[in-house]
This record gives sequence, structure tokens and C-alpha cells, in this order.
Amino acid sequence: MDQFLQLTLSGLTNGAVLALAALGFVLIYKASDVLNFAQGEFLLVGAYVMFALVGELGWHWSIGIVVTVLIAVALGVVLERAVLRPMIGEPIISLIMVTIGLSSLLRAIVSTIWGTDERAFPSFIPSEPIKVLGATVTTDKLWAIGIAAVFLVVFNLFFRRSSEGIAMRAVADDQQAALSMGISVKKIFAMAWSISAATAAIGGIIVANILGVSGNISGLGLQVFPVVILGGLDSIPGAVIGGIIIGLLQAYTGGYVGFGLNSIIPFVVLVLILMVKPYGLFGQEIIERV
Amino acid sequence: MESGIFFSSYAKDMALRRTHAQKIRLVLAIIFVVTIPWFASNYQLTLLNQIGIAAIGAIGLNILTGFTGQISLGQGAFMAVGAYTSGLLAKNLGLPFWVAIPIASFVTATVGAFFGIPSLRLKGLYLAIVTLAAQQIIQWVITHWDYVTGGVDALVIPAPTLFGERVNGEFRFYWIILFCLVLTIIFTVNLFRSKVGRAFIAIRDQDIAAEVMGVDLFRYKLLAFATSSFFVGLTGALIAHYRTIISWERFTIETSILYLAMIIIGGLGSVSGSVYGAAFMVLLPALLNNFGRAMSGTIPALDRIIPFLQQGLFGIVIVLFLILEPEGLVKIWRNIKDYFRLWPFSY
Repeated sequence: MDQFLQLTLSGLTNGAVLALAALGFVLIYKASDVLNFAQGEFLLVGAYVMFALVGELGWHWSIGIVVTVLIAVALGVVLERAVLRPMIGEPIISLIMVTIGLSSLLRAIVSTIWGTDERAFPSFIPSEPIKVLGATVTTDKLWAIGIAAVFLVVFNLFFRRSSEGIAMRAVADDQQAALSMGISVKKIFAMAWSISAATAAIGGIIVANILGVSGNISGLGLQVFPVVILGGLDSIPGAVIGGIIIGLLQAYTGGYVGFGLNSIIPFVVLVLILMVKPYGLFGQEIIERV
Repeated sequence: MESGIFFSSYAKDMALRRTHAQKIRLVLAIIFVVTIPWFASNYQLTLLNQIGIAAIGAIGLNILTGFTGQISLGQGAFMAVGAYTSGLLAKNLGLPFWVAIPIASFVTATVGAFFGIPSLRLKGLYLAIVTLAAQQIIQWVITHWDYVTGGVDALVIPAPTLFGERVNGEFRFYWIILFCLVLTIIFTVNLFRSKVGRAFIAIRDQDIAAEVMGVDLFRYKLLAFATSSFFVGLTGALIAHYRTIISWERFTIETSILYLAMIIIGGLGSVSGSVYGAAFMVLLPALLNNFGRAMSGTIPALDRIIPFLQQGLFGIVIVLFLILEPEGLVKIWRNIKDYFRLWPFSY
């Protein structure tokens, strides 16, 4: 029972981070039909910028988070303007490759500045063992789940209540209709990229706080794919639920089965889902008619 | 001053080399590849061999992605299947490499066709993600099936022999690679003059229209996956016998991406483009490495960041090509030719 609770909690922590990364991924896909292979690198950049501000410059962690998020937003806007906008209307393979190129570039920049060695992250979230329902867990995991949950709720509200959020959903639904209603599609694309980079940066900070900063953080980018396929490529609740399911699944297979199966189980799930229900749990089904 | 190229018979229109300039370039290319190994240094031969091996894989991937329009992020894993099959056949059963390589290619073709099955239901992005999963799953099998593959340890393969002579060293292996590359090019160029190749192109252009016209989508998509994987497996098998030592790290997702970059930069849907792209992606990091070594005396910090510079340059090159010349090196080469054909009146 103790082990089960432990695994559940670490699964939820992992799932919360995956959900944050997947959320940004889905946002970009919804708004502009681009699969962002650089999502993992957004996590990486977020973690390292936070590390530089708090760990190397000694800033207070609250200012650090705010500045990190602002830098991530700027990065998103710049990438959208410089790289993605000229690519509008290009075939899918080009869109995939351009984000792959970006991911390679971002990883190179991060390793040139900070090297590839694993470093200790200036933990600002208290990490003390406490007893929850008879299992011993560290508080940083609970905090991570809490922070992720807050952001997910905020984003949900943003999409339901604010006019920008509604405009974004309109663009995702039908670009031409949104344009004729006076919504600037270009602005929405830039917003999608900047929000996506910001959520990923927060996810990166959470991961780095638990595991330390290293190049491995960008590996989470690949695990986002099973999450979004499970939840549906264009569904925000799907990203959250998919993230939690994949996180738990990984924790349980890692804990009970072993063999390194936890690294591969998300992809097995992915293939099965695509065979049975290609548009995921909550995705919109697109039927092609002649 | 010509206004265009016109043909007065179908035979001329169907010919592979249609103009005098093309025939002359072909002869020059043949002279080049046959004479160059006698003059080139060992280092240059190494690069040439790497280009040759990469070109076969790039052509294979181009058959699937450039000609049939099915995106695959799993080529690295398929290459691993070819490399490990060929290596294990040579090591455990003692088969000569010229038997092991074709068997490995056929095995890879079968594996590729199996992972192509989802392509019936899935298109575009979804197919890309499924092949990504194939990459991860095959990689996991190789690293965890210790009993057969040796797991994460490197696999050492006996040096290839032909007619009792050891085929070691760059010069001897050059001819084997050249032989395979020429066969691959001749096969592929002719494939797209045949019914099957035209069906592939029809699927790429509009799959539903292709089906309406009588192209059996499932059969031809699987065939495209099998043909492509055959050559990718051939690349893997050649790498195995060329290096005589392989490990799973050579066949990760990075490899899949590298080959996709080759065909994007060379030109999608072009056989010569695959070769240009392979040459470009092999030479670029090598040149940067040489530059770094030459400069390391003046800038000592350069040595440490060379791998990152290579990675960054790789990203920049992909992004710039996609933004500035999405049709790749083939288009640039065509532009140059057009410029000089109409010179001095080109505009």
C-alpha cells in the first residue's frame, strides 16, 4: 500500500509536468496546425533560465519565475514571427522539420552556454518528508502537483472567460470565420506560441526542482506525443487527463514491472490508441469525404 | 538560343538521360567515381564512403517520404534492424557479408511493412507520430533483448571477406559501397518510370483521387514502406560491415532526423537530391570539425563547444533551407543551370 501511494504520487507529479508540456503543445496545434517538436526544448530553456537567474545570479525565486516566464513569452513570439510565419501553408513535413530544426538549435544554444553536466537546482520548494495516508512522500512533489493544478485551472478559465481565450478558440475552430469577425489571426498565433513557451517553462522549472537541471529535461518532449494522442491532439482537457494517465502508467510499470518498460509503455499505448481510436479520448473526429 | 527542350518521340521523352548535357554529366560522374579513390587521401575516402552509405539511406527514405508522401520518423530504428540482422548473421552463423546484407535488407523490408500497416488509417501528423513510436519500441527491443543483440553493449562483427581477401580499409570498401549505391540509384530511377512508382506519386499528390483511379492504397502504401525500408536496411547492413562494430546509439531518433534533414535539404522527391543532401549533411559537420581543429590554437574554448556548434548549425541549416529554398539543393542546382543556359539574357 505504501509503495502504491508512493508510485501514485510520483506518477501524478510526472503527469502534472507532462500535462503542462502537453497543454502548450495542444495550444499550438489548435491555433496553427503545427506539431511542435521543440516543446521539450522549451522545458529545457525554462529550467536553465531559472537556474541562471536564481542559482547563478542569486535572485529571489519569485522574481526568477516571473522573469523566466517573460523570457519564455518573448522567445515564443520571436520564434513565431521569424520562423513559423514564413512557413504558413507549407506541407506537413516542412512544418515538422522546421520545429525539429528549432529544437536542435535551442538545445545547442543551451549546451553552449551552460554545458551538459547535471547541476543542482536552487530548490525553492521545500522538500521535507511527510506522512500522507501512511506513505512517506516529499513535499516538493505535492507542491509540483499543486502548482501544475493551479496553472491548469487558470488556463481553463482563460479559455472560457477572457476575450483573448475565446478569440483563440475561434481561430482554432475556423480561421476564415475568425478573421471576418475582426480577430487578428497573426496575433493569435503569436499568443499561442508565447503561452505555450510559458507553460513549458513552468513545467521545466518544476522538473528541474525535483531532478536537477541537465540536458535530459528535453527528453520529456518526446513523451508529450503519447499524452496528446491519448487525449486528442486538439483537446485541452484531453492533454491534462492524458498527462495524468501516462504519468501514472509510467510510475506503475516502473515500480511493479521494471525492465525499463516505463520508458516504452507510453509509446505502446500510443500505437494501440491510434489503431483503435485515432482521434484520442476527446479529440475532434475529422471525416474525409469526396 | 533555345526556348525549351522538345522531344519528337515517346522513346526520347521516356529516356532517363534526355539531353546531351545530361549524358555528358553522367559520363563525367562515372569517370569521377571510378578515378577518385586512386587519388584521394584516406580521410577523403572515409568521407566519400560515409556519403555513399548515407545516400543509399536517403534515397530509401525519399522513396517513402518524398515520392509517396508518408512521413517516417522511424528510419533510424529500421536501419538498426538491418545492421543488427546482418551483423548477427555474420557473427553467429558465419555467413559471408554478401549473403548477410541482402537477407538483412529483406528482413528490414518486412519489419518496415509491418510498421507501415497503421498508414492505412493514419495520415500526415498521426503517421509521423506512429513511426516515432516504432522508433522507440524497436530501440527498446534492441537494448533489452540482451540474449540476441547484446543489449547496450556494442556488437563486434567479423571483418568482411571476399574471395578469401579481407575487405578492410576505406579503399576496398569503397567499391562495395559504390556497387550498392549504383544499384540503388538505377533501381529507384527506374521505379518511378513504372506502374508502381507512378502509383506512389499518385498517392502523394492526392490519396483519395488515387484510390478512385484504381490504386490499391493499402497495397501500395505497404509496398512503399517495404521498398523504402529495404534500402534503409541495406544502409544499416553496410554500416555494420563497414564499421565492424555497432551499438544502438548509432540508430536513435537523431539518425531518423538526420536522414529526414538530408532529403529536405537535397530535395524531396528527387533521387539526385538525396545524394546531394547526403553529401551536404556528411560534409558540413566534417568541415566544421576541421575548422574547429584549425582554430583551436587561437581560440582554445572552441574545442569544447564544437559538438554544440555542429548541432546548432544543423538546426540553422534546416530552418534556413525550409524558409528560403524549400525545394532544396536540387532546385538551387537547377536555377544555376537555367541561369547559364540563358546567359547572358537570363533575368
